[in-house]
Amino acid sequence: MFAQLTAGLDFNATALGLRSERQRLIASNIANADTPGYVARDIDFKQAMAEAIGGRQPRLAASTAGPTRPHPTHFALPGADGAIRGTPAQAGYTAQTQPAMDNNSVDMDRERANFVDNAVRYETTLRFINGYSRTILSAIQGQ
Amino acid sequence: MSMFSIFGVSGSAVSAQSQRLNVVASNMANADAVAGPDGQAYKARQVVFETVPMGSDASAGVKVRQVIESNEPMRKVHNPTHPMADAQGYVNQSNVNTVEEMVNMISASRSYQNNIEVMNTAKSLLLKTLQMGQ
Repeated sequence: MFAQLTAGLDFNATALGLRSERQRLIASNIANADTPGYVARDIDFKQAMAEAIGGRQPRLAASTAGPTRPHPTHFALPGADGAIRGTPAQAGYTAQTQPAMDNNSVDMDRERANFVDNAVRYETTLRFINGYSRTILSAIQGQ
Repeated sequence: MSMFSIFGVSGSAVSAQSQRLNVVASNMANADAVAGPDGQAYKARQVVFETVPMGSDASAGVKVRQVIESNEPMRKVHNPTHPMADAQGYVNQSNVNTVEEMVNMISASRSYQNNIEVMNTAKSLLLKTLQMGQ
């Protein structure tokens, strides 16, 4: 019974973990916006989430071997099996939108948009969790 | 591991960008200098950034690897009455390009602002996480 009660909570907790992971990656991209040769990284949230709740360890990079590539701007990673959740093996590399002489692939507009988007979704997940916990509390108290 | 490492990442970037701003400031200050610390005309300096892994592998900070001196030719100004003038009456001035330095300055200050904003967002997210379930 408790498993059913907390299923929604577990789902949102997984989402929150992945969101904070992505937030960290985007922060690294913004920090390295002026570093020569730095390649921006990102994760495909949909696929990561599907793999996380499917019981498997998430593998966030797009795979060339698979039938679908989740996002056209994500490069496939060779041999990225993602043993532990949140390791860089899962993160894909983003393609250059405007190629630069120093081979830096950080697009500041894209990164900032992603950062704000991810922050809002993180907060949304937080509110879901708060709502769930309130629901559970009122169910327990029965008042 | 958690979002706390954002402060390390963005903090390293802010510190690297402020060092870049420092170098720009010393270049601008010495734009018209005829002699540097070594007695020769001042040479413009540039910072070289490098990615450093911070804690876990996924987050990447940044640091200044080295400060290089520009090899551009010195600016020669004809001024025979100047005390530093050579036999032909030319004075060697620094090779600072003020236009480039201004662009560098704006770029550094924008990057600085971006990273501060990242830290502010991370801070407000973490504070809201702290209030979870209340």
